[in-house]
Amino acid sequence: MLDIKNLHVKLEEEDKVILKGVNLSIGSGEVHAIMGPNGSGKSTLSYVLSGKDGYEVTDGEAALEGADLLDMEPEERAAAGLFLAFQYPVEIPGVGNMTFLRTAVNAQRKARGEDELSAGEFLKVVRERAKTLKIDADMLKRPVNVGFSGGEKKRNEILQMAMLEPKMCVLDETDSGLDVDAMKLVSEGVNALRSEGRSFLVITHYQRLLDHIKPDVVHIMADGRIIKTGGPELALEVENNGYADILAEMA
Amino acid sequence: MGLPETKQSETEARVNALTMPGGAAWAVEARNEALARVQAKGMPARRDEYWKFTKPTRFVSVEPTPAALFDAQEEPMFDGIERLKVVFVDGVFDADASDDLAAENLEIGRLADATQADIHWVKDLYGMLETRGQDPVDRPLAALNTAFATDGVVLRATGPVARPVSIEYLHASESSDAILHHVIRVEEGASLTVLETGPAAARFNKCMEVDVADGAAFHHIRMQGRDHERQAVTHSFGRLGRESVYKSFTLTVNGVLTRNEHVLELLGDDAVAHIAGACAGDGDFHHDDTVFITHDAVNCESRQVFKKVLRNGAVGVFQGKILVKEGAQKTDGYQISQSLLLDDDSQFLAKPELEIYADDVACSHGSTTGAIDETALFYLQSRGVPKSIATDLLVLSFMAEAIDEIEDERLRDDIQARLEGWLARRRS
Ligand SMILES: Nc1ncnc2c1ncn2[C@@H]1O[C@H](COP(=O)(O)OP(=O)(O)OP(=O)(O)O)[C@@H](O)[C@H]1O
Ligand SMILES: [Mg+2]
Repeated sequence: MLDIKNLHVKLEEEDKVILKGVNLSIGSGEVHAIMGPNGSGKSTLSYVLSGKDGYEVTDGEAALEGADLLDMEPEERAAAGLFLAFQYPVEIPGVGNMTFLRTAVNAQRKARGEDELSAGEFLKVVRERAKTLKIDADMLKRPVNVGFSGGEKKRNEILQMAMLEPKMCVLDETDSGLDVDAMKLVSEGVNALRSEGRSFLVITHYQRLLDHIKPDVVHIMADGRIIKTGGPELALEVENNGYADILAEMA
Repeated sequence: MGLPETKQSETEARVNALTMPGGAAWAVEARNEALARVQAKGMPARRDEYWKFTKPTRFVSVEPTPAALFDAQEEPMFDGIERLKVVFVDGVFDADASDDLAAENLEIGRLADATQADIHWVKDLYGMLETRGQDPVDRPLAALNTAFATDGVVLRATGPVARPVSIEYLHASESSDAILHHVIRVEEGASLTVLETGPAAARFNKCMEVDVADGAAFHHIRMQGRDHERQAVTHSFGRLGRESVYKSFTLTVNGVLTRNEHVLELLGDDAVAHIAGACAGDGDFHHDDTVFITHDAVNCESRQVFKKVLRNGAVGVFQGKILVKEGAQKTDGYQISQSLLLDDDSQFLAKPELEIYADDVACSHGSTTGAIDETALFYLQSRGVPKSIATDLLVLSFMAEAIDEIEDERLRDDIQARLEGWLARRRS
């Protein structure tokens, strides 16, 4: 599904190298988790995959189902099936959440040569999916993320994911800021989307989330590289001992 | 005190090229007084403080700068709305294209006829609010209008007027020069909506005097014509009585040069005045909103909301003043003027002013210039929205505060659709 090879990324404006040769392969239907100390480059990886400005790829490649991602505009990557749930979802005053969702869904359908959903069909699906995430009608009407609590913003990200039905979902610290119940809701939302044709890359600091969303593979990122890869037990090790041992082992 | 030499000669040349229409004695007198105001003030010049941001040359020249005709290729504005149409072509009344000038609770006629007759409210108003509006700032182009206006609409609402009166200005000659003057009186407890649309002429000078009596309501929605080369200077003078309402909204897309002045006096307690404008300019576009609101009564509210989206070297100007006179306690004055610059070539010049002589008031003003929010843009794109559509969404969200000032839903939708159309035609 997603193949990242030897990815090197620096900041466009400064001579700061952030990713120093990331290698990562996620098969169809798999769930991978990335853990790693603050500042190790996890969000940067997610931004570079989705095409945010400000980063320069100096070497390496990233492909989604064989198609070169790095060559595409952000909207083309989305239409190709990539989705990023932001660590910090963006507030957009003046754009209604519903308008935003419908515009996004229809833009992707159009890009894929599918018919646009009618207003009625769309409304029905949104309402149903919003309900399972406990997002009420008022939140759908309000401007995108404006005045949403931290947890509401994260739930809204998952709603977008549910509506867009991407193939490759990157979740950047979707668990941060969530209370215990919300974490369950969000995990259920994610698990409901798990399928053979859909893969997940879950960035998190905590084992807790991985209790709900069970990963097939866990990676540890440090200083711009994946330094260790293992099974779910790796997350438990981090939870119990922190990164010191792993970092020492690699040094 | 004499005028500077250039001003003197420019003023003489302009005045001499115009013919003052005849009429009843009162009208001739009002026009001659206006001419005297023009001669005393002189035509505006670039050096005048009030014209610091907008070159008045094209409004002052003897001959208008020609403006190519433009086929808008869209439904006429307000087409789906039940309305009473009054049509002018290059400033000349078109009886065939207009509806019967009659409606319930409404006296309606042409200025060209009214100035031949003896209609008390026209007589009382013509040039009167314009004269009041000359203090403390000179508005010579409005005085010029009173002196030489060839026609216009006179309206007196004596109760609720169901159908909006829609003044539609067509442009058929590339070198037309039109001067129109409307006189509007909304009587106690009456309500009236006036719509305006169209480019009007190559050069258009329009003046509107609106007297809103106690408890009366006046609504004004305007869409200025899309002809790229048209030039317009407009003045709206309003006087508000106790518990009266005056609400005006203007959408301007295109037009090489536009100056819209609003001069309102809130003279009765508890009056409400809202002035809003949205403009979108691309390229050779200069748009100036100049507003002067005087609070001279207790517990009045005024609100100014102006939004400008500018690209490819377009220029936006805002000069807005709230004057709160002594004794105008409990005044609630709000003013916001914002521009969204879509590139580095475009420019927004703003001069917001507050002058307050009462101690128990709440007035706020703000002016900002910004670019598209890149973070929001990326967020939208990451959801699959193409950059051009994402940009338009952000532009529309920026404009929303001004558009939302339009109370009537159908009119709001119509205006919104025009703006969306303009944006869509420019999508890269
Ligand atoms: N646009 C930027 N400008 C300056 N520094 C940046 C930028 N983007 C990333 N960085 C730097 O790159 C490094 C990696 O940041 P990144 O956000 O990818 O880390 P992270 O692993 O997601 O951390 P966290 O766990 O705290 O979310 C940090 O040192 C960060 O300060
Ligand atoms: Mg991060």
